[in-house]
Amino acid sequence: MWAYVLRKLLYNIPVYFGIILLMMAALRVNDPVNNYLGKHPTPEQRLALEKDMGLDQPFIVQYVRFIVHIPLLDFGDSWKYEGTTVRERLIRAVPPSLSFTVPTLLAAAMISIVVSLVSAYYRGRPVDKTLMILAVLGMSVSYLVYIILGQFFGAFWPREAQWSLAPFAISGYEPWIGMKDVEGGGSAFFFSPTTWVTYCLLPVIVGVIVAMGYDTRFYRAVMVEECTRDYIITALAKGATKRKIMFVHMLKNALIPIVTRVMTTLPFLITGSILLEMFFNIPGMGKTLITAINDNDFPMIQGFVAVFAAVMILTIILTDVIYALVDPRVRLS
Amino acid sequence: MNAPTNSTAAPVLSVRNLTTSFRTDMGIVTAIDGVSFDLAAGETLGIVGESGCGKTVTSKSIMRLLPEHLTIYGPDSEVLFEGSDLMKANERTMRRVRGDKIAMIFQEPMTSLNPVFRIGWQLEEALKYHTDLNRSERRERAIEMLRLVEIPNPEHRVREYPHQLSGGMRQRVMIAIALCCEPSILIADEPTTALDVTIQAQILDLMASLKKKLNTAIMLITHDLGVIAQVCDRVLVMYAGRVIEDASVHDIFYRPQHPYTQALLESIPRSGGKERGKRLPTIEGMVPSLHELPSGCRFSERCRYCEDRCVQEEPDLLRAEDGRRVRCHFPLSTDRTAAARGET
Repeated sequence: MWAYVLRKLLYNIPVYFGIILLMMAALRVNDPVNNYLGKHPTPEQRLALEKDMGLDQPFIVQYVRFIVHIPLLDFGDSWKYEGTTVRERLIRAVPPSLSFTVPTLLAAAMISIVVSLVSAYYRGRPVDKTLMILAVLGMSVSYLVYIILGQFFGAFWPREAQWSLAPFAISGYEPWIGMKDVEGGGSAFFFSPTTWVTYCLLPVIVGVIVAMGYDTRFYRAVMVEECTRDYIITALAKGATKRKIMFVHMLKNALIPIVTRVMTTLPFLITGSILLEMFFNIPGMGKTLITAINDNDFPMIQGFVAVFAAVMILTIILTDVIYALVDPRVRLS
Repeated sequence: MNAPTNSTAAPVLSVRNLTTSFRTDMGIVTAIDGVSFDLAAGETLGIVGESGCGKTVTSKSIMRLLPEHLTIYGPDSEVLFEGSDLMKANERTMRRVRGDKIAMIFQEPMTSLNPVFRIGWQLEEALKYHTDLNRSERRERAIEMLRLVEIPNPEHRVREYPHQLSGGMRQRVMIAIALCCEPSILIADEPTTALDVTIQAQILDLMASLKKKLNTAIMLITHDLGVIAQVCDRVLVMYAGRVIEDASVHDIFYRPQHPYTQALLESIPRSGGKERGKRLPTIEGMVPSLHELPSGCRFSERCRYCEDRCVQEEPDLLRAEDGRRVRCHFPLSTDRTAAARGET
């Protein structure tokens, strides 16, 4: 298996180089320095920025230099935020993204799998029909509506009405886990679940509701197909209980398509949901990238795209490996 | 040869008036109607008939494996097994019977095993439900069962997945799963249909030898009269959801009394002899749709001896002195069979 992973990685290196080439070329169609400085920069300002990113060099030199620096995540300094490197800003944006995307992904997958199992098991009966109507309704309403309704009824209203229980902030983010500097030097570990609830739970709830509509319907289709398989009757004839059949026999088979779907949403963990981060004002990777684009912060854009592309490729390789783990018929060779 | 087949031994299974209907989009359809028969201990009973005549529904009804919300069993249906009526048993009792007392093997060995679990796990699953054996004892028993069904290298095979075995091997595994709790009845639903002829013969031999070893009664469902001739003691012929003839295998083949049985026998291809080069006789027409059954005898539309009475009233399944049963107003006598043979 490791040989397979290694070979897959090697095969994907040229693909990655291609992505970087396209990205770098595209970002240079319009002069990035002009974009950033506006119409009338002084020659000194221009020269300083060009030197900074090596834009005065031939393209091939820039390309090779960029690629060589990728392993160290060395993408230069941010133009907009002077004195901070792209790597710093990148690393700083990871925890906020992960603190709401990981719970969203896990909760959405688990709830959808259970709901779809129930739905598939009672297929065609009122329980199933009700659940599916809810799922279709859920997926038919725009993401924005959920965000705004969530912010209004979840955060704004309870605060305005001065309820004793008003757990959510409308937007914003504060670190809830990590190391903190202590007065008098040194640092200490801190962990505050209430801070997490205040800033992250509402985006998680909205994210789960949105994901569930799609996921439930997809997983139900998968489960219904598994319900009609011959091995179900075999297991029943052996004396297995319905629960055993659903959660052991069916689920392990259904894992194959489920894994595919979960893996396609994995890059979301890293990129964060841009909409959620923008509306809830969470300084995650999605929001950082959008802000950088709006600011024409050229080194940031280059660096982020390079990282996202790498994450995508690694996800695809990881998907293949997980396939082999859940489906014995898949051999990695 | 004429020995009554039903009354010699106490039956392990008695099916009485088994009626199974399904809710469909086109209304309620009765798939089998008043099926009654006995299965004696250690007996091999063949159930034969065309596709859609209710063979599989009969077997799945006995084990109550049909989808509950779509299936309606007749109120006076009885499946008497070990002194209780399985039709009235609750789900818990049924689970204890399934796989332990009554086991089943299926037509499609390629899909009947769960593709993502190891052979050993699937064998041990039944043992886990029905025995007190611990993990290592179960593994031992699984290997022993694989050896019993003549799978080479069983210690190695238990760790393999179904896709690593051929169709014949998988059917052997299915047989091993079915027999691991030493059931008193094995229901085999077309166990050899999906296999090629040499493998088919091996599987049938295996079933016959295991039956002797374990004294299991076998209900063998098939549409292949060759298979029936090879292994069965007694044969139930079904047509459009009804039992139409029930006799010893010898009587069925040499002295069929129902015109349908006779027609079935005639449509077996024979090699050589005077029939060489002739067109193979077939039964004209189709099995009637369960939605629009004829009012009289269900076979009347296709029967070459059909008379007015056959169209007007359906015959009962009558038991003769020698224990044979036939559902026909004008059962064929030996002479008539001979005459029919002469004509064709």
